[in-house]
Amino acid sequence: MTDASLNSVPAAPRSRSLHTVDERTRKRNAAEKRFRVYGVTAILIGIVFLAVLAVSIVRSGMPAFSRMVVEIDFVLTQEQFDEAEAQLMKTSAYQAYFNAALQESLNAAGVSAPFDEAAVERILGKTGGILREFYRENPDRLGQPVSFELPASSRVDGYYKGRVTRDTIVDSRFLMKSDLDIVDAMHDAGILKRGFNWTFIQGTDSGVDNPGGAGIGASVIGSFFMMIVVLVLSLPIGVAASIYLEEFAPQNRFTDLIEVNISNLAAVPSIVFGILGLAVFIQFMHLPQSAPLVGGLVLTLMTLPTIIIATRASLKAVPPSIRDAALGVGASRMQAVFHHVLPLAMPGILTGTIIGLAQALGETAPLLLIGMVGYVAREYPDSLVAGFTEANSAMPAQIYTWAARADVGFYEKAWGGIIILLMFLLTMNIIAIILRRRYERRW
Amino acid sequence: MPVLWLVLIILGIAAVGYVLGRSRALASAGGDSRRLHSLPGYYGANAALKSIVPAAVVMVVWLLAQPLYVTSVVSDMIPETSIAEGSSLGLVMSEVRRTAEGLDNAVGLGLMTEDFARNARADLGDITQRLRDAGQIVTSEVTQPIMRAAQQFRVMNATGNLLMTGVVLVLAVVGMLWGMRESGAQFRARNVVESGILALLVAAASIAILTTLGIVLSLVFNTWEFFKLYPAADFFFGLEWSPSFSGRGGSSELGIVPLLWGTFYISIVALAVAIPIGLFSAIYLSEYASPRVRAFAKPMLEVLAGIPTIVYGLFALLTVGPMLMRVFGDDGLGWMQSGTAVMTAGLVMGVMLIPFVSSLSDDIINAVPQALRDGSYGLGATQSETIRQVVLPAALPGIVGAILLAASRAIGETMIVVLGAGAAARLSMNPFEAMTTVTAKIVSQLTGDSDFASPEALVAFALGMTLFVLTLGLNVLALYIVRKYREQYE
Repeated sequence: MTDASLNSVPAAPRSRSLHTVDERTRKRNAAEKRFRVYGVTAILIGIVFLAVLAVSIVRSGMPAFSRMVVEIDFVLTQEQFDEAEAQLMKTSAYQAYFNAALQESLNAAGVSAPFDEAAVERILGKTGGILREFYRENPDRLGQPVSFELPASSRVDGYYKGRVTRDTIVDSRFLMKSDLDIVDAMHDAGILKRGFNWTFIQGTDSGVDNPGGAGIGASVIGSFFMMIVVLVLSLPIGVAASIYLEEFAPQNRFTDLIEVNISNLAAVPSIVFGILGLAVFIQFMHLPQSAPLVGGLVLTLMTLPTIIIATRASLKAVPPSIRDAALGVGASRMQAVFHHVLPLAMPGILTGTIIGLAQALGETAPLLLIGMVGYVAREYPDSLVAGFTEANSAMPAQIYTWAARADVGFYEKAWGGIIILLMFLLTMNIIAIILRRRYERRW
Repeated sequence: MPVLWLVLIILGIAAVGYVLGRSRALASAGGDSRRLHSLPGYYGANAALKSIVPAAVVMVVWLLAQPLYVTSVVSDMIPETSIAEGSSLGLVMSEVRRTAEGLDNAVGLGLMTEDFARNARADLGDITQRLRDAGQIVTSEVTQPIMRAAQQFRVMNATGNLLMTGVVLVLAVVGMLWGMRESGAQFRARNVVESGILALLVAAASIAILTTLGIVLSLVFNTWEFFKLYPAADFFFGLEWSPSFSGRGGSSELGIVPLLWGTFYISIVALAVAIPIGLFSAIYLSEYASPRVRAFAKPMLEVLAGIPTIVYGLFALLTVGPMLMRVFGDDGLGWMQSGTAVMTAGLVMGVMLIPFVSSLSDDIINAVPQALRDGSYGLGATQSETIRQVVLPAALPGIVGAILLAASRAIGETMIVVLGAGAAARLSMNPFEAMTTVTAKIVSQLTGDSDFASPEALVAFALGMTLFVLTLGLNVLALYIVRKYREQYE
C-alpha cells in the first residue's frame, strides 16, 4: 500500500549528468575559491606589512651610519705652531691657518665660491680647538702633512640626506641659506664627502640640539650590563623553579598556586612590571634610579615566566626511561635529575633562555618608569661596579629618547639605533636556532 | 664594607668549608670513601650550604629591614613644624637622604673628616659651605633639623652596616664549623644536602608568587594613598582628564573615562585589523597550505611577534602617521589634524597582534579531530563549507580565547600608543583624532618625577591597578575558555 503510494509520486528526473556543472555547484565552487583567496590575501598582507616595516627601517636607518666629513690635507710648521701658541686667542689662530688651507684647496680644485669664515664655522664648528689639541698631543707631526677628517654639522648632513633643501632651509645660527654655496663648492672639490659615522657606534648621547654627535655606544653598554643581571638571576632561578615544578612538586594547592601565578605573570602587561620596579626597587629599597641593576631586576621578573615555560617543556621532553635507568643503578632522585635529566635538557633550556633574553633586550616600557628616559647617557661607566649601579641608558630607552626629541635629525638616529638593536636580536635568535638544530634530540 | 665584598667573603668561607668538610669526612673514614655514608663531596657541600644559606638569608632580610627602621627613626626626629606648607614628609626625607649622600661624597673626597660630618654641634652654615665646596648640591631647604636628621641617618646606617657585616660573617663561620663538626663517616650528608637543595628549589619556585604579591601590594598601597587624596568616584566616573603640573591637587581633574575610551577605541581598531588577517592566515595555513608554503609563511608571520614594540612605536610615529596624513590629512580628505591618532596606533598595533591571533588559532584549528572534517566531506561539503560549518564552530571557544588574549595584549601595550596615539585625553568618535590611553598616561605621570606624594603621580598607580585588573580578567577568562574547550577533545 504504502509502497504503491510512494511509487505513484514520480521522482524528479535529473536534468543533467554529473559531468556538467549546475548553477548551485558553480556557486559553491566559486565560494570555495573566494575563501582560498581570502586566506592567501591575509597571509600576503601580513608579509607585505613585514616587508614595509623592514624597508622603512633600512631606508630610514642607514643614513645614521654615514655622515659628511671634510677631509683636508694640512701642514703646520713649527714656526706657525710657536706663533699661534704665543697669541692670546690661541684657537682662533689655528682656525685662521685652517681656513687658509681650506681656501687653498678649494682654489686648487678650481672651484670658486665666496669664502666666508663665519660660514665655515657654522659648517664645521670650531676647528681651531681640534687642531690645537692634535698638535699639542703630537708635536712630532709638525711640519708633516696630516690628513684631517672633520665631521660637518648636522644641518649640512641633513642637506645631503634630503632633510633640508635649498627651498626649505630656514636661516639660523646653525646654517644660513647662503652657506649652501660654499658647501656645494666643497662637495664639488671633493673635500666634503661621505664617511662612515663611527661616532654613532662608539659615541654617547649628545645634547638636544646636536643630533650629529649622538651615539649609541653608552646605551649598548647599559643594555649589556642589564642583560648580565638578567642572565645571572633568571637562568638559575628559572631552572630551579622548573625542576621543582616538573620533577618534585606534589599535586597540591601550593603547586597549583605557583602554576597559576606563572601563567598569569606571562600575560601581565610589561608596564605593570615597570610600576612594580618603581614601587619596590626605587621607592621602597632606594636602589639608584635608572641604573642597569634595577632595569635588570625588573626584566628578570619579566623574563622568568618565559624561561620557566621553556625549561619545563624541555625537561618534559626527556623520556622517563632516563630517570628510571638512573634510579635503577642507585641514584637518588636529586642525582637522577641533576646528573642525567638536566644535562639532556640543557640545549632546550639555553634556547629558551636566549629567546627570553632577546625579549628582555627589546623591552622598553618598564625602563621608562625606572627613569632611564630622563637620563642623558653622556658617559661610559668608569668601572665594573659603576656599570651596574650608576645611571645609564639602554638601547630601547635611548631610541625612545631620540624619537621624543624635537630635532628631526634625531629620528634618523632612532632608526639607526633600531637597526643595531635588531641586529643584536637577530644574532641571538640565530644562535638559538642553531643550538636547537644542532643539539635537539628526538627520543 | 660594600655588599659585594661581603658576598665574596661569604663565598670564600663556603669554599673553605667545602674543602675542610670533605677532607674531615674522608679522614674520619681513614681515607677510604667506601666507608662513608655519602660521597665525599656531599660532606663538603653540607658545610658550604650551612655557611652560605643562613648568612645570605640574614643579609637579605637585614638589607631590606634596615632602611625601613632607619627611615622611621629619622623621620620621627623631624618636627612637624619644619615640614613646609605644601611639602610632605616624603619630600623632606628625600632631602635628608640627598644631604646624607652629599656628606658621604664630601668625606669621600677628603674635604671633611668623618668626625666633622658626624659632629652634631657643627655649625649649619659651616657644614653647608663645605658641602658646596665639595661640589654637592645644597638647596636652601637644608635647615637645621634636616641637617641633624641627615647626620643621624648616616650614623645609623653606618652602625647598621657594621653590625650586619659582623653578624653575617659570624653566621657564615659558625655555619661552616657546624657543617664540619657533623662531617663523620656515619653522617647522612647526602640526605641533608638534598633536602637543602629541595628547599632552595621551592624558594625559587615561590618567586613567582612573590612577584605577583609585589605587584598587587605596590599597586594596592599606592592606589589607597591616591584615593585618600582624590575621591574614588571622581576617578572612576570623571569625564575629564586634565592633571595640573604646578599646584598640588585641587585643580586636577583625574577622570579615567576618557583614557579607557581611548584604550578601547585603539584596541578595537587593532583587533579589527588583527582578527580577520590573523584568522584567515591561520585557516589557510592549517587547512590549505602545502608544507612548503607553511614552512615559509608561518615563521614569517611569527617574526612580527618577535619585533620589539619600540620598533612598532617608531614605525607608527614616523612612517604610518605621515602616510595616513597624506591620505586623510589636510592635503587629502581633511579628517586628520596630526600624524598621531587612534588610527595610526590602532593599525600598527593590529599588525603586531596578527601573529598572536594566527599562531594560537592555528594550533586550535589543528587540534580539531580529522574525523569531523572527514564526516563533513563524506556528506559532500566542499572544503570551505567544512571549515565554516564544522571546523570553525568546533574551534570557536579556542579562537575566542586567542582573541581575548590578543585583546589583553592590546590593552596593555605601551610603546605604540605612547609614540603613535598622541597625548590628549578626548572623548570622541573620530578615529583620526589623537587620543590617549591608560598605559600612555601611566608613563607620562611617572617619568621624571621622583616624588610620589602628589595625586598627579599617585594616579598612575590607580591607572596601573585598573589595567592590571582588566588584563588579568581577560587572561583568566581566555584561559578558562581554552581549558574548557580542550577537555572536549583530548
